Amino acid sequence: MNRLRYVCIGNSAGAVGAAEAIRKYGGQGEIVFISDEPHHTYSRPLISYLLLGRTTEERMRYRGASFYDDLGIELKAPVKAVAIDLPKKRVILEGGEEEPYDKLLVATGSLPFIPAAEGLNRVKKVFSFMSLDDAKALEKAICPESRVLIIGAGLIGLKCAESLLERVKGIDVVDLAPRILSSILDEEGALIVQRHLADKGVAFHLAQSASSFEEGRAILSGGRTLDFDILVMAVGVKPNVDLAKAAGLEVGRGIIVNSRMETSAPDVYAAGDCTQSVDASSGVSKIMALLPNAYMQGECAGANMAGEKASFTKAISMNAIGFFGLHILTAGTYAGDSYLESDGNRYKKLFYSGNRLNGFILIGSEDRAGVYTSLIRDQTPLDEVDFDLLCRQPSLAAFARQARAAKLGGAQ
Amino acid sequence: MKRVYVNEKWCLGCHLCEYYCAFAQTNKKDMAWALKDKKIFPNIRVEDDGAIHFAVSCRHCAEPICVKSCISGALSIVDGVIEIDKDKCIGCFTCILTCPYGAITPAENGQAIQKCELCVRTAEGTPQCAAHCPNAAIVYEDRG
Repeated sequence: MNRLRYVCIGNSAGAVGAAEAIRKYGGQGEIVFISDEPHHTYSRPLISYLLLGRTTEERMRYRGASFYDDLGIELKAPVKAVAIDLPKKRVILEGGEEEPYDKLLVATGSLPFIPAAEGLNRVKKVFSFMSLDDAKALEKAICPESRVLIIGAGLIGLKCAESLLERVKGIDVVDLAPRILSSILDEEGALIVQRHLADKGVAFHLAQSASSFEEGRAILSGGRTLDFDILVMAVGVKPNVDLAKAAGLEVGRGIIVNSRMETSAPDVYAAGDCTQSVDASSGVSKIMALLPNAYMQGECAGANMAGEKASFTKAISMNAIGFFGLHILTAGTYAGDSYLESDGNRYKKLFYSGNRLNGFILIGSEDRAGVYTSLIRDQTPLDEVDFDLLCRQPSLAAFARQARAAKLGGAQ
Repeated sequence: MKRVYVNEKWCLGCHLCEYYCAFAQTNKKDMAWALKDKKIFPNIRVEDDGAIHFAVSCRHCAEPICVKSCISGALSIVDGVIEIDKDKCIGCFTCILTCPYGAITPAENGQAIQKCELCVRTAEGTPQCAAHCPNAAIVYEDRG
């Protein structure tokens, strides 16, 4: 039990994970969240479902209405944290107010990456698709006659396309990569999803960039022009590390944290999209800007902030995303030998080497996928399971009887 | 807390637990009327592999990766039971991607997930898979 003062810069999964863990592990002092958004904690990935009409602002809250009261959290919002004063252990807010901390969590998330393009500053209706306010602004701007141009065929760009397709006249998607969802899919898998989206009416222009813009018109690198009413920039995201960098924390592409979520400064932790950490499926330190990892990193940080000795070493890249009912589940690293099942619509590819499952891509084949994910996270030696059976069907029957009994809690 | 456990060596592979689970979800009085000619969506599933049979349902983990990974906040622990708020769930299937037991499935409409909640919200209020297992291969008990 302690009465330390906990400050979290952030109000999303990382901060929520930390606060829940701080209370769980006996931290009883004040908790302060600092957020530059004027909202109750909400799920960012749900903004596309908001535009689709499948959720509401109230239902997309990441935690219930009484969350802050229940955990005794003071939410300071909307206000920007402008500096972290490490020697004096305080956060300076816009306007000069100071928040002293005993333990600090930096959970500043990520920001849209907007590449420089000639003429982009002359386009009036240009949007990002990261925050609730982005979604609301976009919703206000569209009408049934809108032609929408989305730059970026990644997770954000395509969720945006799905959410708008039925509400506008047409959607064009441009990406420099030769395939869609290039961060999570291989060529064959990407083609299946692209075909599915194209059938619904999304027009793709791949292996091209928008080299310059005029008002209402993009000129592609191949020379073609595309007219639009609304422009959405969804090229990618970058860790929001300016505050950490200015304070002198060690920053690579993201804030460097160890397995306890400690930064290079004492009593300062970081979690979520703003960090880079080791991917358990490859051993490589990288950015894994994913909500589940943000929560689990935040939880680990919070436990340590409350005085526990926690570590989080099982972070892997993983994504569950769907478009018009077609679900794509991926995890880990696509390296090694592969097992493939594909009929042109359903697609399953498992990657393995050195007696370990490294990663997988499942399209339209979600049944019990977590059995595969656990093999990656637990680094299960494949010679301890019936891997042939697992390849065909994720099942617990593929585990040895003792291992299964231990898993299911029925050992006797 | 009490959880559902399976004793593999006694499981006949009859799949009755799946039917009783699906029936419990309907909150109807008569199983035949409730399920006849319908595709069932049970929250417990029997795995058959040759002579091996056993049922798998949510373990209600103390440190549930599904809850921690849920991007919408729809999964939560209520008195030890992992419950799904289907109004909040948008059916992204992140929980299906993470559950090591494969115990979470898409709901019938595909726009949310469903899972075992130990029948806390059904009329009987206690797990019907265990209550109706003909060979006591499924039990509902406290093993710590």
